[in-house]
Amino acid sequence: MAVKVLIPTPLQKFTKNQATIECSGTNIDELIDSLETNCPGIKARICDETGKPRRFLNLYVNSEDIRFLDNTDTTLADGDEVSIVPAVAGG
Amino acid sequence: MTQATFTKARTFTHLVSKEGGVKYPLEALNVCEETFSPLEVAYDYDAIKAQVSRATIEAGPNSIWRYKAFLPVESDNPIDVGTGMTPLVKSKRLARQLGLKNLYIKNDAVNMPTLSFKDRVVSVALTRAQELGFSTVSCASTGNLANSTAAIAAHAGLDCCVFIPSDLEAGKVMGTLIYNPTLMAVNGNYDQVNRLCSEVANTYGWGFVNINLRAYYSEGSKTLGYEVAEQLGWKLPDHIVAPLASGSLFTKIYKGFQEFVKVGLVDEKDVRFSGAQAEGCSPISQAFKEGRDFISPVKPNTIAKSIAIGNPADGVYALEVARKTKGNIEDVTDAEIIEGMKLLAETEGIFTETAGGTTIAVLKKLVEAGKIDPEETTVAYITGNGLKTQEAVQGYVGEPLVIEPKLDSFERALDRSRTLERLEWQQTNV
Repeated sequence: MAVKVLIPTPLQKFTKNQATIECSGTNIDELIDSLETNCPGIKARICDETGKPRRFLNLYVNSEDIRFLDNTDTTLADGDEVSIVPAVAGG
Repeated sequence: MTQATFTKARTFTHLVSKEGGVKYPLEALNVCEETFSPLEVAYDYDAIKAQVSRATIEAGPNSIWRYKAFLPVESDNPIDVGTGMTPLVKSKRLARQLGLKNLYIKNDAVNMPTLSFKDRVVSVALTRAQELGFSTVSCASTGNLANSTAAIAAHAGLDCCVFIPSDLEAGKVMGTLIYNPTLMAVNGNYDQVNRLCSEVANTYGWGFVNINLRAYYSEGSKTLGYEVAEQLGWKLPDHIVAPLASGSLFTKIYKGFQEFVKVGLVDEKDVRFSGAQAEGCSPISQAFKEGRDFISPVKPNTIAKSIAIGNPADGVYALEVARKTKGNIEDVTDAEIIEGMKLLAETEGIFTETAGGTTIAVLKKLVEAGKIDPEETTVAYITGNGLKTQEAVQGYVGEPLVIEPKLDSFERALDRSRTLERLEWQQTNV
């Protein structure tokens, strides 16, 4: 199952400067583990010591913030697009 | 573009991560690469102290640039369109109505050039954008920032592309288009606009005032703290009430007060910080009331569009400031916001937009709940102008009496209006 992940600039050093990565996973937690397998070191940047995404990162599934869905339990389907976007902007 | 020249020693030294304290160079960066937390401008306060005194500030320009040593720009000729030094009005009639003895209104509804506090942050951001070599500037905006970025970019001769939600008030849209920027009206709410811009900022090499220039931009709000301290006679107030959108303004007023204490311009004092949100978009107020230290984003639904940010970037820091200063964060309904706008207009002659109505309505609510001491020197920050959000009060204010150009027509109308007034007066007193 393929899910497209959009990688923000500060994390592209883990993806050989690729802005998008194809990954797999049935939910966000699994997707992050799959990302780590493809791009070692990236999980420690995305997640804090509890293993959950850092509070200054927003994750979206097909443009919807996962906090309006089931957070990291949000299920993923083939062809979904996940964006990782730094939250510090605006205002 | 005018070549920037520098003579005085730079007072700002580097960018620093708000979590973890990682240092970064003075470039167009807004997030820490390790924690993704915001970056903050760090200063050499000894250098500032050596450059400024009350006298040097008082002798400076009648604009935010009298505080230049505290701002992250180095050119001798920053963009000065007369921004700042707006009136601090001692309130008499509103104060009496609320039962407060020392209430002041900081009136940024008449800030220059575009009638909101955003001219402060944009003057700083675009000066810095020129220093960093950007030729195109941009922003994600709920309206006021779009007005300000487009106007000041026009003044400075910078190319400009701004992004707004497509459902903004007509005055905010026209007030941007007149400066002829590229205006993108996005079908979505502000948080969606902001997210799109975060993605655009990564790839286009533009200076986004509230994304990659955000560390510099947000410092401009400190001048709302400096001015109030200076205008109170070099004293800090006891309590401030300000609107909360992203939370940035609130935290920067706090930083401004702290800095004035640090360099010895004012005596140290515990200032209470209270924040105002609209009930239809109150993620910070909800977290405050529930005792949470994290913000759950919301989808905005309020007439107070200028502060309708459902996913506020500095929400956690605003919470922190309110809690540690023993202030409060409160929210009010759209109906209360309209009443707040009318109350300020009818008692002080200040026509503010919905964000100002929110602030006044929250001020009233806090007074009624006994959360503001009548003796406290309280400052309410009015950050925008009501002429830009006329839709909000349409139908809630009176109508003109249309008459013929004849004396008897006038007298009949006057008589009628007095009768109506009397009836209204009798009704409210029954």
